[in-house]
Amino acid sequence: MLKLTINNNEVEVAPGSMILEAAEKIGIKIPTLCYLKGFPPAGACRVCLVEVEGIPDPVASCSTPVTNGMTVRTNTKMVRDARRTVVELLLSEHEGECQTCERGDDCELRQLALDLGVKDNERYAGEKAAKHSDVSTPALVRDSAKCISCRRCVTVCGEIQGVGSISPQGRGFKSIIGPAFCSPLSEVTCVQCGQCAAICPVGAITECDQIDEVWAALEDPKKTVVVQTAPAIRAALGECFEMPPGTLVTGKMTTALRMLGFDAVFDTNFTADLTIIEEGNELLTRLKKALVDKDENVALPMFTSCSPGWINYAESFYPQILDHISSCKSPQQMFGAVAKTYYADKIDKKPEDVFVVSIMPCTAKKFEAARPEMQSSGGPDVDVVLTTRELGRMIKQAGLDFESLPDGEMDSPLGLSSGAADIFGNTGGVMEAALRTVYELVTGKPFPFPQLHVTPVAGLQGVKEASVVVEETVPEWSFLKGVEVKVAVAHGLANARKIIEKVRSGEATYHFIEIMCCPGGCIGGGGQPRFTDDSVRQARIAALYKEDEGKQLRKSHENPDIIKIYKEFLEKPLGHKSHELLHTHYQERERV
Amino acid sequence: MTEQSKCSNSTCCCGGELSEQEMFRRLDKVLDEYHGKPGGLIPVLQMAQGIFSYLPEKVLKHIAGKMEKSYSEVAGVVSFYSFFSTHPRGKYLIRVCLGTACYVRGGKEILDALKKELNIDVGETTPDRLFSLEIGRCFGSCGLAPVILINDDVHRRVKPSKIGEILTRYRVGEEKQ
Repeated sequence: MLKLTINNNEVEVAPGSMILEAAEKIGIKIPTLCYLKGFPPAGACRVCLVEVEGIPDPVASCSTPVTNGMTVRTNTKMVRDARRTVVELLLSEHEGECQTCERGDDCELRQLALDLGVKDNERYAGEKAAKHSDVSTPALVRDSAKCISCRRCVTVCGEIQGVGSISPQGRGFKSIIGPAFCSPLSEVTCVQCGQCAAICPVGAITECDQIDEVWAALEDPKKTVVVQTAPAIRAALGECFEMPPGTLVTGKMTTALRMLGFDAVFDTNFTADLTIIEEGNELLTRLKKALVDKDENVALPMFTSCSPGWINYAESFYPQILDHISSCKSPQQMFGAVAKTYYADKIDKKPEDVFVVSIMPCTAKKFEAARPEMQSSGGPDVDVVLTTRELGRMIKQAGLDFESLPDGEMDSPLGLSSGAADIFGNTGGVMEAALRTVYELVTGKPFPFPQLHVTPVAGLQGVKEASVVVEETVPEWSFLKGVEVKVAVAHGLANARKIIEKVRSGEATYHFIEIMCCPGGCIGGGGQPRFTDDSVRQARIAALYKEDEGKQLRKSHENPDIIKIYKEFLEKPLGHKSHELLHTHYQERERV
Repeated sequence: MTEQSKCSNSTCCCGGELSEQEMFRRLDKVLDEYHGKPGGLIPVLQMAQGIFSYLPEKVLKHIAGKMEKSYSEVAGVVSFYSFFSTHPRGKYLIRVCLGTACYVRGGKEILDALKKELNIDVGETTPDRLFSLEIGRCFGSCGLAPVILINDDVHRRVKPSKIGEILTRYRVGEEKQ
């Protein structure tokens, strides 16, 4: 261990620790705009300056390793002045447009300027960064004039997601964080996950704002406007209204949506349950083909298909495994398809007169809804996708006092869901939900795990594995008797890659693999309230488990409205109607 | 990119004209050599520029794919170093040093004289594809300042008035060939 003194306090840290980390241990928060815990420091923003005895100039504490006997001061006139100067210099280049910027209320640069007492905005007045707005993709908008080159987005895109769409281009004052040679984002491979938008300290990367399209639909008397909300929204929307992370707001959210004017408030959870029925049966069918028919061409392991960022990744990076991905559409798209057919029929409307809005924790869902293959009802099955953040802004635009709203109930027939659907929003949740149903289908016995949780696949570890031996079966699935069913779960695309490579090299064999694109799963999605770190992820995950445990109905196959939709409309899992409405296909995309 | 490209770059030793197929074959050999080696991107790019005389998009995407890097990351490195060019260059690449020593001894005036004589700006190539003009940041020959490099030839203590004479030598050499 190394010993150092920070502001006359003795601190002990492990060798290799940086000054910033040492200060954190004694409750001193050194301001920074670029540092990301767990990653090598970028040292890009220069805000985290501190004074070290024996060194004449202030040093960047995020990237200066502690040495034994070091004496550090974090709050001297020199330090305060230096930090203020750095922020003034950042502001001098930053074309903030603060009054109209989406980050007006949670911009880290603006907050830091306030915290540090920056008063002079003009001292370093000079050339501003060149304005360059990139609206080339359906999900994300980049504005390089607001970028402060902190490189957080470069780290999440390259290291956490393993995609690398954006990187510093050029050098010096004119350098820009962006795609190759400052081309539009659409010219390079981007999975549209929006992790860059979620981590950006300023308004340089945001989702493509579609609130006005929703207002227009709500005010169109010819349209029946229905809304679906993904499971992860209810665990995070409260953060848009200063509620602590992990506050469950399902009831308030439902009331708010109704007050915004939606004709029916439904739940993506309903089609999450539907996904489990279709995907579970698809898995069993694949297993039967492999084990009974000895069909060597059957693609196993099967991967989940709910996460559109993951699908985009697979299409570009691993086209050779596309037949391993479940053909089930994501719950969002299943919802759109049944809302414009089954539900439209029930209310005696044509598909084109029903307008489907999705509230998603995800920016890639905007891309998914725009896919040409997602038009089973004749036109787009989902018309507009809003992120959690956009819904928060819409509620503010409508002047609703969110916190004081009473709890509401979702509408029928697409609003009832099981607890299994709630946990679709967190890593390991889709796997657990699937196992709850598949196990009972196959064995005819109740799912044996305590509290119905499959703990080995829960939590924030990047790659998780579990296996279960099928001891007894009902006659139909007798071929599974004695089989050890192996499953794996990964979140974050760099972790997905690890699993895929393990499978491809033969190092590991699995039957079923859950992939979620974003760290922590959808609760950590690119469209969620900022700022998401592991403690926020854990709080949101805990909220979803709480929601699940609070329900009587915990298993997808027991959802009475799911049983009803098969009886009235879909007939049977993997049947003709299902294939038409609930399943899709994937295509190879060039990787750039 | 043209089917036939003249190979004239300083770091190449092929000395003749190569088909695109042959150039890619050579590039793949380089890529094999650097496969899995950390820090391999810059040498690979240098050699690729030697083979192709510049770094076209197709070549960069090929390198990115083979080295398991994103095109944006590769482009970031290419656009950082002035040594790399994504545009076709002339047979003779003139680099004017504007490092500190050369600058104070008149590098800027030499650059202006070259611009005037060649009638092109920095980063451009003459219409006859003979000369390209670029700026360098120190070639490590400060004792000989001001310096210009024409392909591999170092021209020392250059004066603006000597520019015409120097260029003529290359033009004449070309006519003789």
